[in-house]
Amino acid sequence: MSDNGSVAAATWEQVELARHPDRPYALDYIHAIFSDFFELHGDRVFGDDHAIIGGPAAIDKQTVMVIAQQKGRTTAERAMRNFGMANPEGYRKALRLIRQAERFQFPVVAFVDTSGAFPGAGAEERGIAWAIADNLVALSQARVPIVTLVIGEGGSGGALGIGVGDRLLMMEHSIYSVAMPEACASILWRDIARKVEAADALKLTANDLKRLGLADEIVPEPPGGAHNDYGVATDAAGAALRRHLGALEAIDIDRLVEERYQRYRKIGA
Amino acid sequence: MFRPKTRYVALPSPRAGVGEEVDRLTCPKCDTSLEPARLTAALGVCYRCGYHFRLRAPERVSMLVEPGSFREEDQSIVAKDVLGFKDSQPYTKRIEQSRAATGANEAVIWGEAVLAGHRLVVVCLDFAFMGGSMGAATGEKITNGIERALQNRLPLLIISASGGARMQEGMLSLMQLAKTSAALGRLNAAGIPYVSLLTDPTMGGVTASFASLGDVIIAEPGAMIGFAGARVIQQATYETLPEGFQTAEFLWQHGMIDLVVPRPELPAVLRQLLDLYARNGVAGDFALERQAETPAPAPVIPR
Repeated sequence: MSDNGSVAAATWEQVELARHPDRPYALDYIHAIFSDFFELHGDRVFGDDHAIIGGPAAIDKQTVMVIAQQKGRTTAERAMRNFGMANPEGYRKALRLIRQAERFQFPVVAFVDTSGAFPGAGAEERGIAWAIADNLVALSQARVPIVTLVIGEGGSGGALGIGVGDRLLMMEHSIYSVAMPEACASILWRDIARKVEAADALKLTANDLKRLGLADEIVPEPPGGAHNDYGVATDAAGAALRRHLGALEAIDIDRLVEERYQRYRKIGA
Repeated sequence: MFRPKTRYVALPSPRAGVGEEVDRLTCPKCDTSLEPARLTAALGVCYRCGYHFRLRAPERVSMLVEPGSFREEDQSIVAKDVLGFKDSQPYTKRIEQSRAATGANEAVIWGEAVLAGHRLVVVCLDFAFMGGSMGAATGEKITNGIERALQNRLPLLIISASGGARMQEGMLSLMQLAKTSAALGRLNAAGIPYVSLLTDPTMGGVTASFASLGDVIIAEPGAMIGFAGARVIQQATYETLPEGFQTAEFLWQHGMIDLVVPRPELPAVLRQLLDLYARNGVAGDFALERQAETPAPAPVIPR
């Protein structure tokens, strides 16, 4: 029991690192890795969601389409970013960018960092589930290479809504889960206090995902976590993204889309 | 929010007796004491207030398709405990208990059937089995159903009833959202019609994947349909939720579904949809037939 307890405590440490308030967020990575990021705004239907950002950016003289979940650091920014929890407008803006990426043949780079899609009445009224499902289809069929990097929290369908692609990379101390440990504890035990146990049971660390064959690569972070040295973390992320983009671009697009289909098709088969 | 337990009702079917077997049933909505025989004759719809009781998957399917036409597939695909998950009890034990209690192997059944003279693929979730939650085996069976519809160019009907992802399978469960959606993307591109029928309840990851991807989406009256649960929304936002929030009618008003269809009218509505969308077989067959009618162009012989 004490052994289980210490394993669970170690997992919980990963959860806290993934949520560390000083951890680099999407824009920190974007500005470090790309030049000329031009942020596009709005879903052309209802509004602009600041929890999901995106637009074209340059890397090694090539244009890519960046789509990212962005958390806020100051109180005002946190409110503006809705704590990184997107409404339907965020997913529909992402869809707009996916379509644009296809049209201009820009590879897509997605940065995942959300505890989940926003659980709000307005989100339900405007079809949050519909918006996410549309993105799952669009990403699975997009005729451009797609690399996903989980930088902090990958929470449920809200993360997957921008997270389907050809490669899944995870920062060393990031997590990715079917539900956040608090939500899982609430569902299974009706007791949020059992979040530590839930976190351990869910198998949500980068190592767990690698072991399950879901993550392709773990990007190393500086000792103690990415918040200790942004430069080291963003350099490692940039190098990994370049490597995977290069490899994917060498693959014939028909084959790439077929391989992407099979990548998901074989999970649980 | 208090909800009485008795929400299932047995209908005459090859699997009759799977549902509740009690002398009298109380309607959870109007509190009327109901005669089971009369309720069964009313297809599990309260004959006082119209409340739609939940149905088990085999009963649901046999209510809709031509008698004896459903050929169930993949009965041997069952859940595996890949993560070694344990909450108040091990996941393997939970699976065993669900099997014993429900007589079902998984939270979904699928197969080819005939409805109003149309051959089609029917996929039906079963909320009684672990809340209709989507594990890897569930997602695999649903995807096999979608792929069969694609291979045989048959229209697809998916009947949803699910609490969402299955916690006990962690990320393997979440990835089934991507898997089923990708398969539906191919079906869509091939011009094969997909009707999604949402029943009480359809929530979470199931709504955020295959359930909301229908070319036509219909729902039963009063069915709870949404992504985040009302309790989660209230805890997160302290919002006062409007009357009828996340009901089928609410979604219809917000443009998220095409029609709310009372259960007795489902066969007629499905017949009409299949007649319209799958006239002369599905679009692909139609195109092929049209091609056959057109005289073939004179072959060009390379010299």
